[in-house]
Amino acid sequence: MTAAPAAPVMTRAERRLRTRQRILGVVYLLLAVGMVLAFGVSVGGDASSSFGLTAPTAPIALPNLVVPSATTAYLLAAVVAFAGAVQLTRGFGTRWAVVLGLVAFAFVFAFLTWVAAGQSMNLTGLLETTVQRSVPIAFGALSGVLCERAGVVNIAIEGMLLSGAFVSAVVASAFDNPWLGMLAAILVGGLLAALLAVLAIRYRVDQIIAGFFINILVAGLTAFLSVRLLQPYQNELNTPERLGPIAIPFLSDIPVLGPVLFRHNIFVYLLFGLIIVIHLGLFYTRWGLRVRAVGEHPKAADTVGVNVYWVRYSNVIMGGMVAGLGGAFFTIGSTGGFEREMTAGRGYIGLAAMIFGGWNPIGGFLAALVFGFADAIQSRLSILSIAIPSEFLLMVPYVVTIIVVAGLVGRARAPAADGKPYVKE
Amino acid sequence: MKLELRGITKRFPGVVANRDVDLIVQAGEIHALLGENGAGKSTLMNVLYGLYRPDDGEILIDDRVVAFDGPGDAIDAGIGMVHQHFMLVPVFTVTENVMLGVETTRGPLGQLDRRAARERIVEISERHGLHIDPDATVEDLPVGVRQRVEIIKTLYRQSNVLILDEPSAVLTPQETEDLFAVMRSLVATGTSIVFITHKLNEVLEVADRITVLRRGTVAGTTTPAEANREELAAMMVGRDVQLVVDRTPAQPGEPILEVRDLVVRDERGHNAVNHLDLTVRAGEILAIAGVQGNGQSELVEAITGLREPDAGDVLLAGQPLADTPRDVFEAGVAHVPEDRMEDGLIADFTVADNLVLNSYWQPPFASGLRLHGEAIVSNAETLVGEYDIRTPSIFNPVGNLSGGNQQKVIAAREFSRPIKLIVAAQPTRGLDVGSIEYIHRRIVAKRDEGAAVLIVSSELDEVVALGDRIAVMYRGRIVDTLSPEEATPERLGLLMGGAHPEDGEPVDLVGTAPAAGSEPSDG
Repeated sequence: MTAAPAAPVMTRAERRLRTRQRILGVVYLLLAVGMVLAFGVSVGGDASSSFGLTAPTAPIALPNLVVPSATTAYLLAAVVAFAGAVQLTRGFGTRWAVVLGLVAFAFVFAFLTWVAAGQSMNLTGLLETTVQRSVPIAFGALSGVLCERAGVVNIAIEGMLLSGAFVSAVVASAFDNPWLGMLAAILVGGLLAALLAVLAIRYRVDQIIAGFFINILVAGLTAFLSVRLLQPYQNELNTPERLGPIAIPFLSDIPVLGPVLFRHNIFVYLLFGLIIVIHLGLFYTRWGLRVRAVGEHPKAADTVGVNVYWVRYSNVIMGGMVAGLGGAFFTIGSTGGFEREMTAGRGYIGLAAMIFGGWNPIGGFLAALVFGFADAIQSRLSILSIAIPSEFLLMVPYVVTIIVVAGLVGRARAPAADGKPYVKE
Repeated sequence: MKLELRGITKRFPGVVANRDVDLIVQAGEIHALLGENGAGKSTLMNVLYGLYRPDDGEILIDDRVVAFDGPGDAIDAGIGMVHQHFMLVPVFTVTENVMLGVETTRGPLGQLDRRAARERIVEISERHGLHIDPDATVEDLPVGVRQRVEIIKTLYRQSNVLILDEPSAVLTPQETEDLFAVMRSLVATGTSIVFITHKLNEVLEVADRITVLRRGTVAGTTTPAEANREELAAMMVGRDVQLVVDRTPAQPGEPILEVRDLVVRDERGHNAVNHLDLTVRAGEILAIAGVQGNGQSELVEAITGLREPDAGDVLLAGQPLADTPRDVFEAGVAHVPEDRMEDGLIADFTVADNLVLNSYWQPPFASGLRLHGEAIVSNAETLVGEYDIRTPSIFNPVGNLSGGNQQKVIAAREFSRPIKLIVAAQPTRGLDVGSIEYIHRRIVAKRDEGAAVLIVSSELDEVVALGDRIAVMYRGRIVDTLSPEEATPERLGLLMGGAHPEDGEPVDLVGTAPAAGSEPSDG
């Protein structure tokens, strides 16, 4: 048994990593073949796709972006195939995630080219819808960041969104004032969060179960009240005034960016503001340092005199208020009247966005944009007549959620004390 | 600053942790608080630090009575504590950890002033010789450096009294020496230090005054000049104790456990066990010394089937050892795990049930799907008598037993069958001296019956007392194997700190060739 210095031994973990890389490479190659067949061969050779960038009436008008449909698809497929080949042979090392993003982008753009083959598609409109659709998801993610950074899992975001939607519609209608509706939604979100906080922090109820309890409570209560109260008194209680878009001077005139970012209602600007404030707060202030310490190692925070319970209560309640505000967007910020279960799982998608975004406000917003984009494509495509059944289109946002949660969440690093009750000795 | 505890009593349901304890710490002295685990040292310090409220008694600072509602009050009064389990946020930088709770801010919204905090940390670390990178992330730092961060944390809060709770438990002997130097430099500037430990040598080396706690009460106060090891040990346990194990020289036989070129990764993907080889023969004890966290836990887990090795072989009597813990057990391996409450016992189960945790599915305890209660009970009654397990009944939850009796339950379960190999990790951690003696005797008895024994321990005394050969593990490798005669504390200490066995240079950690002398003699 002489000690032979081993030739580079490949450990099991390394072998697993190599295998995973190869699988990814094969998937890219298959994707490239699929793109050629589905988006290239199926369209006529001389068809072209036209993407609208600005409205004809815009102060600064840009010409439409016109590309040959099939050629574009072949080109993008070639890029994906190249990525697949490299992935299979050499691997991209730590840059695999960037490459994955590029491949996803190439695929989506090829898809859009195919959809728009022989016709025109309003790209700016698509992006504008993306921002719209991502607003409640981003509010949900932000709420989750506030709660989980302090160590409390808030799965009740869905219920808080729904309650905010309901209460803001009713209050705004009853008092004829959308601002009061917004305020009421914030209060109700905060109240539900206080309930969650007491259950989770004071009584140490399992946080997932406590959150689910709130979701079921809100779903049942709003459905019941909707039938008993809103339907008989539709005009009095469920026709709120909506908060209209505010175009920000100058900024809203920038081509593409203007309509996409600066021609929305107050909710979107509040969202932008909250993202920046919470991000700066979490990472650059005393408050944030203490919140993160409580979420990572509450006992360490306690031993240096930080009041763990106070931090957790206040953060959960703030998180609830943010979610309530996000809920109001569904009614007074968007469609107007309340409908049963109109949030349709956006709270859960918001949690997925929070995880995807690494428990970080800006990351959560970017992730929400990905989900919002999936949602926007779905709604755009159901207007254009294409050969995909609408049931499948409706699945898109949820499928994207599942892929993201299954594929990336395992790598994300949650606050270490997330979901663990703190027991003072 | 002078600190005085007067008549402190602290009760928990069913136990009195401190009874009428008096303690006076003068300004500028190192006051050692000596006692066995469970003697009430940590409770007393938690009272002092405001984490517990005493049921009776008072705390005086500079002869004025104070009352602490929480750690915040204690910190404000100038008391700083370095906990045995570090209170650091792993993902924060050194600066963030130090400033947490007393943040330097500018502006009305509490914007952190990291630069100002950083400068103060640099200044403090230079003044006391505590070398540290204020921008390093704590989870990347070795244990000894983390402890420095904890000390800087207390100095940053301008503490005049520093409580060190078992500070040397995780350090190499050399790091311990460095710590003592820092302690001496601190008391020279007027700081008082309360030094909690159960290690007699350290007390004699560094303390100005010694208070011994036994079962929650003060057993006596003395100075190093007036006391010696034996007297202190007797004060700790209340009787004269034997610090060596009686045993005959080993009669090594066939190789039983052979570990070849083993690689085991930890959760972070690092090679915790890094191409390690070792052999344990029938009828001998191989003791592995090393500072905690050098791959010992991963090695034990790999041998006992709890962790999948990434490369290499583990052979039992020439056969590859199976993968699952149950297969490993059935092949004749006994395992005394490092953390008995986490991995060894189910606290809420009865003593009787815990005694069959590794065999309940076999006859006579079960046939098919049915458990045989009578067999389990009679097994428990036999073992409780044979291993002197002190429990009111075999139906008591094992969690209610003392640490020593819990360890006896594990020993009874693991040793009471034909076994080829014992793997025991930290077998006497946290036990009283009586139980330590008992467990040691049992292990030596199994060796004499012909079992191969692998002991992993961070206690040098234990390693030297038990090992027929002593291997030192450092960063996932065995850096040297010594006979008990060669294994002086100085030599072991150097090896544990990574010094090369031949020339005293640090071991080459980058090269793939195992360090010279890493091979156990194969005869």
